[in-house]
Amino acid sequence: MSFRVSRQTWYFSSDVRIRSAGTAVGPKEGNGPLGNEFDIVFDDNYVGEATWEKAEKKILEASINKTLEKAGLVAEDIDMILAGDLLNQIISATFASRTIQIPFIGTYGACSTSMLSLAQASALVNAGYCNLAVAACSSHNSTAEKQYRYPTEYGGQKPPTAQYTATGAGSVLVGRGGTGIRVTYATLGKIVDMGIKNPFNMGSAMAPAAADTLLAHLKDTGRKPSDYDLIVTGDLAGVGAPILVSLMKEQGYEIAPYYNDCGLMLYRKDDPEVFSGASGCASSALVTYGHLLKEMERGKISRLLVLATGALLSPLTYQQGESIPCIAHAVAFEVDE
Amino acid sequence: MNEKLKAQKQKEQKEEQQKYQQKAKQFEPKPPVLLNCLKAFLVGGFICLLGQLLQKFYMQVFDFNEKTASNPTVATLIFIAVLLTGLGVYDRIGQFAGAGSAVPVTGFANSIASAAIEHRAEGYVLGVGGNMFKLAGSVIVFGVVSAFVIGLIRTIFNY
Amino acid sequence: MEYLIAFFIGGLICVFGQLLLDVAKLTPAHVMTTLVVLGAVLDGIPAGKDDTLYDKLIDFAGAGVTVPITSFGHALVHGAISEAEAHGIIGIITGIFELTSAGISAAIIFGFFASLIFRPKG
Repeated sequence: MSFRVSRQTWYFSSDVRIRSAGTAVGPKEGNGPLGNEFDIVFDDNYVGEATWEKAEKKILEASINKTLEKAGLVAEDIDMILAGDLLNQIISATFASRTIQIPFIGTYGACSTSMLSLAQASALVNAGYCNLAVAACSSHNSTAEKQYRYPTEYGGQKPPTAQYTATGAGSVLVGRGGTGIRVTYATLGKIVDMGIKNPFNMGSAMAPAAADTLLAHLKDTGRKPSDYDLIVTGDLAGVGAPILVSLMKEQGYEIAPYYNDCGLMLYRKDDPEVFSGASGCASSALVTYGHLLKEMERGKISRLLVLATGALLSPLTYQQGESIPCIAHAVAFEVDE
Repeated sequence: MNEKLKAQKQKEQKEEQQKYQQKAKQFEPKPPVLLNCLKAFLVGGFICLLGQLLQKFYMQVFDFNEKTASNPTVATLIFIAVLLTGLGVYDRIGQFAGAGSAVPVTGFANSIASAAIEHRAEGYVLGVGGNMFKLAGSVIVFGVVSAFVIGLIRTIFNY
Repeated sequence: MEYLIAFFIGGLICVFGQLLLDVAKLTPAHVMTTLVVLGAVLDGIPAGKDDTLYDKLIDFAGAGVTVPITSFGHALVHGAISEAEAHGIIGIITGIFELTSAGISAAIIFGFFASLIFRPKG
């Protein structure tokens, strides 16, 4: 089959596989239901650094170093790193790559960065432009609050539709051949904006983008939802997840039996600080790279589709009265038959 | 012809957006307005009660009168709010009380202190000094501008 | 009794603010700005010989109306008008911050020292 399935769906025929994965998290994520699945759990969100931004960079570095260590490799062995985060100028990714000297492609997809970077890394490896590539992303609750919303000690009241940006970083090493989990398809999304303006309600804003990409993926691959053991979205959370189920139903697809959302898996459901669920690049990255890939290795999942969703607003666009454009990128993972 | 098509497409897009927003509304949990109002009432009322006690205190123990006692009262409440902000407690109070902690002058103090504390990372001059009024600035600007307009109207009215 | 009234009226003003947040869906900054302008407007309405509407509210509710941010608007207008009465129309500008000095100075000074001592805890 050729690489190009449609204008937005790619097929990786050259046996692209995950060599290793590494995750590093803050204490809240370590205390969550998936806490034992993460490689490194820091005991405070400053991780010994002077500022929140320096801390996020360190967490990302820890995740990437773990990924390399697990593969028994060093930075010099890797051709390319594709990484991004939520901050202006993606400083966590750039400064982490300054430390870990690998040729760097910066990517920005807001909370969809995990699958955006993995799709591109897989394409480069598939076509032979790279032999080994790392895809990585991070987010941090305090850096996100400081940049997008309010100073962290501000006493503003959040509505129940708000989400909690996860603190953590996830990375994977991608190469050709071997016995790891196969990356088979990627469907890159286009930007969808349904006029939602409330930055405290991103689930509603992102659900249509997830539906758009999921529909494209199913049509392009000819698959049905039941062809997957599990379909997850990155961070639609308590508000967006049921909307997606409803949108897909309108299009004739019943996804509920196969569907979950990473933002609902990362923290306990009754945690008040979390409101409707987790968000951030780390939401999809931590759950996918830390837990779901392991579930595939354990034989519990043989075909997985991860739809990372991102809200592409900035504080400036919000203040200028703009609505929130969103995007979703999907990557399919499969175990050998 | 192209313009007409474009306009038609935009209209359809707008309708589609509105249809979706209606749909999304059904899934969005509404804030518990009554409960929030009750919490705001109790916490806000309590802070004002505290202010009344402080005012009495300053009038009796120090030499303030009815008119001037509000100054040290407000300064004391601001001090308490800044302390609670620094200790990392005010944001939790704010999530519980909503307007109950934002509307009293304590909310004003918290907006200044939280911005100052957060931006110390960027240094004292540019970080603290440059960002301190991020949230409180609009209160000061609009307060002063409206005071100017109202003062002007009143003064002209008196003539 | 005065304590009860202060509690009640102060609480009511906060309820109004909460409705602006939850029903009108304003941001906290918009709510505080609205209230400060409201306080300024109420202090612009004369009531009785030398008093304004806001002064009458203060007589009635004490800290119930001097503690909310609305009193900031009142103090700004009061300063402007009393300077204008004493020194003519230029007094509007020179007098604005006279009465609010305590609040703004305290917030800046304490806020600055807080940034010296405290770290944000997230």
